[in-house]
Amino acid sequence: MDRMKYIHRVATLKVDAKKCTGCGICLEVCPHEVLAAGGKAVEIIDLDACMECGACSMNCPFQAISVNAGVGCAAAFILGSVGSNGESCCCPETSTSEPACCGGPGKCCE
Amino acid sequence: MDVRYVTMLESKIPVVETRLDFNDLIGALKVRLGINRMNYAVEPGLYAVGSPDAESLVFVSSNYKLSFDLLRKELSGMNAFILVLDTRGVNVWCAAGKGTFGTDELIRQIRTTGLKDMVRHRELVLPQLSAPGIAGYKVFSLTGFRVLFGPVRAADIREYLKNGKKADQRMRNVSFDLLDRLVLIPVETRMYSRHLVYLMITGFFLSGLNRKGYSITGLGTTGIRFVRNMLYAYLCGTCDGPILLPWLPGRAFSVKGLVLGVFAFAILAVNRLIGEKPAEMLAWMLLVPVMCSFLLLNFTGASTFTSLSGVRKELDEALPIQKTVAAAGLAAWCWSLFSGGKDG
Repeated sequence: MDRMKYIHRVATLKVDAKKCTGCGICLEVCPHEVLAAGGKAVEIIDLDACMECGACSMNCPFQAISVNAGVGCAAAFILGSVGSNGESCCCPETSTSEPACCGGPGKCCE
Repeated sequence: MDVRYVTMLESKIPVVETRLDFNDLIGALKVRLGINRMNYAVEPGLYAVGSPDAESLVFVSSNYKLSFDLLRKELSGMNAFILVLDTRGVNVWCAAGKGTFGTDELIRQIRTTGLKDMVRHRELVLPQLSAPGIAGYKVFSLTGFRVLFGPVRAADIREYLKNGKKADQRMRNVSFDLLDRLVLIPVETRMYSRHLVYLMITGFFLSGLNRKGYSITGLGTTGIRFVRNMLYAYLCGTCDGPILLPWLPGRAFSVKGLVLGVFAFAILAVNRLIGEKPAEMLAWMLLVPVMCSFLLLNFTGASTFTSLSGVRKELDEALPIQKTVAAAGLAAWCWSLFSGGKDG
């Protein structure tokens, strides 16, 4: 069975070929083979397979990859949208106007 | 319980077994059923497997006990260290996404445990799914330890080590097979179960209402039907949805859920389980699909391939429609209580 993919052409993954040195660490940490070695720089070969986990951009020493990784927990947004207090999410404290599991980087469960 | 320790440089490091015992297995079963899963943690810090020395490998783990157990059971026969980070009892991948399985926490644990003095080498083997939270190059420049991202699954560690700490693509890929989806069903079912029960209780007692006032016979017919159909739609969404996921059409989970819900309604209709009044039949035609659509949308949070941008898009587009349809369905159901028909 072909591997499953999500909504077309929404993933925010981008590679800056000018900054990329081809070191390949992003290829190691990607769980979905989204990237592949290109000429010198890496290339996105399967954008729709990208789940925006952020492993690649986090580990790029040259900041050549960008992606809106956010919190990474989609359920948090859903629970926040329907006004849940996040009790069934992995983040016990939350406000109802934000995603149940913090609103962005650095605000988690402080 | 007896805890063994190894002493290194005057620090007592607890030794953990590499065989899981009955309590570990029961604990794992419970968290998979959604019982106590936010309270299943081990103390952060350094642990020993076997009799490690200054040359032994260091594996890094989250402090969610399930993660910890899955790791240590693959290390039998080895002498190694396990460095456990404080991820607030959350598993590796979620914690990495939130930043708690993060660069700062790893550096902090390296410093607190005095790891530099415990081992002569400068390598750490981390689970690959910690990569969203760990900038390997930063850990290296700040601690001198090289971060090696090992396989996704602990079960591949042995082969990874045999291959000279090299992971092949299979070890680096994350799939979402039937078994992966099945183990998520209990937690998915629990997630809105309280809401479901409130709704069922409310609907059941409301179903005594009719044009002439209130009658308990309504409870036995309309009420029972409401409870049964609600439960049916809910379980369709939380159980059948995940199972059938790859075969349901569309990329958006809300669409997959919609299609599933339409089929589920059709089955009810063909078996004449949706009541006799047009308003009530309409209500089920709206409620069953919308419940399945919503529950599948929720399943994106447990899936391993949905992008945040995609989920946001689905929420922006599908959620308002779902809210409207759900409200209309409930309104139609309430209307049916007072409209004419066999049960009136």
